[in-house]
Amino acid sequence: MLFLRQTFIVFRRQLRIALRNPAWVIIGLVQPILYLALFGPLLVPLAGTFGADNAYTLFVPGLLVQLGLFGTLFAGFGLVAEWRAGVIEAERVTPASRTALLFGRVALNAVQLLVQSIVLVLLSFLFGLQASAGGIVFGIALTVLLGAACACFSDAVGLLSKSENVLAPLLNSVSLPVLLLSGILLPITQPQWLQTVADVVPTKHIVDGIRAVFTGTFDSTVWWGSFWAVVVFAAAAIWGTRVFRRENA
Amino acid sequence: MIEVEGLTKTFPSRRGRERVEVTAVDGVDLAVAEGEIVGFLGPNGAGKTTTLRMLTTLIRPTSGRAVVAGHDVAADPVGVRRSIGYVSQSGSTSPEARAGEEVVDHGQLYGVSRAAATARARELFAQLELDGLWERKPAAMSGGQRRRLDIAMGLVHDPRLVFLDEPTTGLDPQARANLWEHIAGLRSGRGMTVFLTTHYLDEADALCDRILVIDHGRIVASDTPDALKRQVAGDLVELVVADPARVDAARAALAAAEPEEAPLVDGTRVSARVRGSAARLPALIRRLDEEGVVLDGVEVRRPTLDDVFLTVTGRSLREDA
Repeated sequence: MLFLRQTFIVFRRQLRIALRNPAWVIIGLVQPILYLALFGPLLVPLAGTFGADNAYTLFVPGLLVQLGLFGTLFAGFGLVAEWRAGVIEAERVTPASRTALLFGRVALNAVQLLVQSIVLVLLSFLFGLQASAGGIVFGIALTVLLGAACACFSDAVGLLSKSENVLAPLLNSVSLPVLLLSGILLPITQPQWLQTVADVVPTKHIVDGIRAVFTGTFDSTVWWGSFWAVVVFAAAAIWGTRVFRRENA
Repeated sequence: MIEVEGLTKTFPSRRGRERVEVTAVDGVDLAVAEGEIVGFLGPNGAGKTTTLRMLTTLIRPTSGRAVVAGHDVAADPVGVRRSIGYVSQSGSTSPEARAGEEVVDHGQLYGVSRAAATARARELFAQLELDGLWERKPAAMSGGQRRRLDIAMGLVHDPRLVFLDEPTTGLDPQARANLWEHIAGLRSGRGMTVFLTTHYLDEADALCDRILVIDHGRIVASDTPDALKRQVAGDLVELVVADPARVDAARAALAAAEPEEAPLVDGTRVSARVRGSAARLPALIRRLDEEGVVLDGVEVRRPTLDDVFLTVTGRSLREDA
């Protein structure tokens, strides 16, 4: 209870600061619209080659994960700014749980991602998306879980490096291969070695899981996707908490 | 309020390819009584910040024991955190947040109810001359206001003991003097114990009951500012003689006042360091008067803490500041 209360206090503070900045809110909402409007026309003609009935059912799950990865991976930049202002240290001398300090921040990223995902899916319906309601809810849930994991990871790296100059290249070198290897935009079919490499990337399974669940099926693909989303989140949360606990962080 | 025995902190480091342990704090013993204002002085790299971070549970000691506000820093860090306030050098608020909300949120993280934290924050804003700044962004505040806001953050849960890390660094003289009053008020108004680090000797002098000097990770001096200054070679007494022909007589008179070294003569100025000059000055003046030596002036300069610093650490604090 105390932990949830402390998490909420940190979350509420982050939310208040975020909502007061209208530019941030607008950019956040425009992002999914841009994704759909720019990527959609590019990808729709290709859908047939992958044997999809509906182009948007194939691509929206990819766009969701991309939104999840990119939006949240940069959470660490905000954290470095807060660290520089002394906020992190001030919070670390309070008796509050270190996990609450991290989760309150990650919760904001998750909520932001949730809103963006809903906007993306609603807009996709206008473009012609057909998907099961339950599948969409499940798919968004997986996206948010993955996004929360990325935010934990990014915050932890931010707190360790305490420098935007380290964070930017590091996150870029992680996000780009993950983006490509996950088959976010195009499912990987060739060559074989690339497929093998992609198989060990958890986000690939998460994308496949969301894709499957969007069509309304609940098969092993979905379970594997869910499994990996939970594993990635748990790993990031544990590591993030450790970094927040670390003495010199 | 604070009891520290043999507190030590070593950091792993590298010298070339070799791994070495760097000792930042080397067996510090200190004690602070309830209601004291204690100044913690030392050049950069002397172990000041590391000691402070151990006492505020931000880092774990390598060895030794520290009991802060009744709780052991290693065994019960949460107990320590609950009982102390900490005002760090780097600030504590987001530039884009609202001042009042930052303080209330901070209080809530200490487990204070929202209503109680709000009431306490309003009270602190009034005391610290932050009235009308509740809705202000810290980014739009002056340096002095921001520093007072940091202090409000550190006091919102009503701690008995507060740590201030370089509280007036970067402030203009007026804002510093103003902040000193507020810090002194913490003890007189609330009976708080204050432990502060500073680079400024005048600050330690004006504010602190007792001064601890740390150098190379060890406490090298601990006493009241006056006692520390008395340890230094005494007050500088300077006589300005009206008639250049009587300089020798003045020098003889000063030499008779048991100075620490032979008096120096510079034109019509005769000077020497004299211990406890207040007691010797009347006799000195009387003798000069009897011998008919007319003075244009007498100056007595008490040793400054900088003299103390030079004596105990072998270097001036200003060199590193």
